Amino acid sequence: MFGFIVQRLLATIPVLGMVAVFVFLMLRLTPGDPAAVLAGDNGTPDQIAQIRESLGLNEPLLVQLGIWLGNILQGDFGQSYFFKKDVSELILLRVEPTLALATTTLILTIVVAVPIGVLAAYRHGTWIDRSVMAFSVAGFSVPVFVLGYILIYLFAMEIDLFPVQGYKPISDGFWPFIHRLVLPSITLSVIYIALIARITRASVLEVLGEDYIRTAYAKGLKPNTVLLKHALRNAAVPIVTVIGIGIALLIGGVVVTESVYNIPGLGRLTVDAVLGRDYPTIQAIIIVFSFVYVVINLLIDLSYSLLDPRIRY
Amino acid sequence: MTDATDIKPILEIDNLTVDLPDGNDRRHAVDGVSITVGPREIVCLVGESGSGKSVTAFSVMGLLPKGQLTPSGGEIRLMGENVLTASDERLRELRGARMSMIFQEPMTALNPTMTCGDQIEEVLKTHTDDDQATRQAKIIDILEQVQLPDPPRMAASYPHQLSGGQRQRIMIAMALVLEPVLLIADEPTTALDVTTQEQILKLIKEIQRTHETAVLFITHDFGVVAEIADRVAVMQWGKVVEEGPAEAVLKRPRETYTKMLIGAVPSFTPHGRPRDSKAPVVLTTDGLSKIYGGGGFFQRAREVHAAQNVNLEIRRGETLGIVGESGSGKSTVARCIARLIDPSAGHIYLDDDDIAKASQSRLRHLRRRVQIVFQDPYRSLNPRRTVGASIVEGPMNYGMGHKEAYDRARELMSLVRLDPNALDRFPHQFSGGQRQRICIARALAMGPDLLIADEAVSALDVSVQAQVLELLDDIRRRLDLAMLFITHDLRVAAQVCDTVAVMHRGQVVEYGEAAEVFGNPQHDYTRALFAAAPGRGFDFGGGLTLAAG
Repeated sequence: MFGFIVQRLLATIPVLGMVAVFVFLMLRLTPGDPAAVLAGDNGTPDQIAQIRESLGLNEPLLVQLGIWLGNILQGDFGQSYFFKKDVSELILLRVEPTLALATTTLILTIVVAVPIGVLAAYRHGTWIDRSVMAFSVAGFSVPVFVLGYILIYLFAMEIDLFPVQGYKPISDGFWPFIHRLVLPSITLSVIYIALIARITRASVLEVLGEDYIRTAYAKGLKPNTVLLKHALRNAAVPIVTVIGIGIALLIGGVVVTESVYNIPGLGRLTVDAVLGRDYPTIQAIIIVFSFVYVVINLLIDLSYSLLDPRIRY
Repeated sequence: MTDATDIKPILEIDNLTVDLPDGNDRRHAVDGVSITVGPREIVCLVGESGSGKSVTAFSVMGLLPKGQLTPSGGEIRLMGENVLTASDERLRELRGARMSMIFQEPMTALNPTMTCGDQIEEVLKTHTDDDQATRQAKIIDILEQVQLPDPPRMAASYPHQLSGGQRQRIMIAMALVLEPVLLIADEPTTALDVTTQEQILKLIKEIQRTHETAVLFITHDFGVVAEIADRVAVMQWGKVVEEGPAEAVLKRPRETYTKMLIGAVPSFTPHGRPRDSKAPVVLTTDGLSKIYGGGGFFQRAREVHAAQNVNLEIRRGETLGIVGESGSGKSTVARCIARLIDPSAGHIYLDDDDIAKASQSRLRHLRRRVQIVFQDPYRSLNPRRTVGASIVEGPMNYGMGHKEAYDRARELMSLVRLDPNALDRFPHQFSGGQRQRICIARALAMGPDLLIADEAVSALDVSVQAQVLELLDDIRRRLDLAMLFITHDLRVAAQVCDTVAVMHRGQVVEYGEAAEVFGNPQHDYTRALFAAAPGRGFDFGGGLTLAAG
């Protein structure tokens, strides 16, 4: 087990290294010039050249890459071209809203999706099952931004239940913080609820056909006990896998949702950085995200051995 | 056995009828079945697959799948109480406490994510108000009674850490911990090795005596019936066709169907047909070994010797049987010979070619000469391809034309005694025995020199098994094939094999002519294996003639 964790953590180093090089080259090879963006619409060619010189963009590509990687190893992600701040400071400022949105979304997803999935499997073929499946199809089909605007229209404009947009940090009080997160969380979680409810249903349905479920009934257990204690635990591995993939995908959804609801998180920062050709910021965000991916995957793999005693590393 | 007239029976199944859903080949899964089980009595319910024996058992437990099978008539009385009309809540009270059940597959009948102790404790928690200490004491006590070594360790183990026999003991412990009056055993030893089966049958008998439990024992195996039953009820097509004391039914069956079933049980006496010692040798293995293991970067290396120094020889027109229990390495040897896996050491001579180390490209030419028929005919045919497509795929891969391949497939279908015009049907439209015939036809389509049958009749009912065995033997004779027959069933081996190799823990412990091995076994393990075979004292097949059936 310990050996496995060490092995996996060591494996993140080449992964992050490759991501770093790939992202660096991708950004340099796509058209667009940060110096031109910074100089603004009225920038003269001289000004642009000067900015380019000051940012070190005139150095050969490999030299730039070397300098950047060397700085990262010392914990320095560089300075944002656009915000004129240390990138690490910039990211730290933006982490809280994203983390908050991701957490509430995740909780909402699990709390809703797993029970309705189990219920659909238990009531397989009935109207409950069909409603859950219909919701799933609908949930998959509606784009995040459409759903976002519909919810804003209904619950913020027609009925004045929630604010239209914006974010309040948790230091301003718990209630205002949650109040502003309700609509974004629902918007973001619908597709994951659809996905995870489906997986839960399929997985539980399969387990319900197993012999040990019959054994459990033969012991005189109540259906609820059979379902929660015997079926769900055995169905958990695929469900947890998809929840883990869901967390990874969530980061993509966050970008759109944060834009719709005007939340100053990492998603918005990403959009702004891309539009401004802010190379250091984009590179740092992607490295942070890929590190999060790797850690989440490791946690999922470790959770398997908690859920299923047959899996040992 | 007690006299049923003055003591009330534990279980009375009275004229039970269970409906099948619409669109089946018959209306009732169980049709007017009446069976009684008295106190301290073991009643065997015998029948082939689809006879309704399991449905009857599940009706008693109230475990029939809802909406698919519905009891529509009759009564099932457990100590006078009709369980068919009992409420769900009352049924839950009865299950596990007054009646309990053990199942066929100990591998899958236990929850893999809970310790064995917790699974037994769950029964106590559901049905009693015992405190933690009492529950633990009861668990240890029942684990001792089912003769498991080191009960505290067993209680803390997960099912996958135990062997099949140990798991079945856990199941029995779980079923008996609350001293039910009725135990239903649904083929509890079918998935076990013979030596384990013998122990479990003995255990059920012993425990049944000490706990005075009534047992309804479901089986398809007349050997098991001969070992354990006080009374026997034979089922066919949802009806009980014959019932009586075990001795009487086994020795003097009245019904044709019973006679046929008992007659189809292969005899232990080898056929003793003459061998042609001049026939050319088709296959020789020399020091064949297979070692699994290795271990990874952070893991300890662990080696398993699945096969060790195996030396075998098969001549044209002969059948070599490899018998052994699960894990003995018999299938490993078969797979090495077919080069489905690579042997670790040794030689495999097919005629004069050593195929043990042959490269993939050279193997391509050799593959058609060795063909395998697998155990489970339900899973060894692609369900989405017609049987014709499955049969012609091999020859066409080797360049045979479409028309020629199909003509040959039609011939083969007649050879395995199936309708040649059924080539465009799908596997699910055939029964298990028919599918196994198709698998044989598929193997023969390649024109092999050596046919390997890996437990090829183990999943089949006895009557079907007898037919497929006869077919295999007929094909061997007609095509003058060499055959390698892998089986765990000594009776089957006695019937088809000319020579027999007994395998134990990867090694061949005894190897010789069938008549010699069966008549005068030399190795201790061979003797133990023969002694454990159920119904050993009862001469099946040989003692009865099929003439009446």
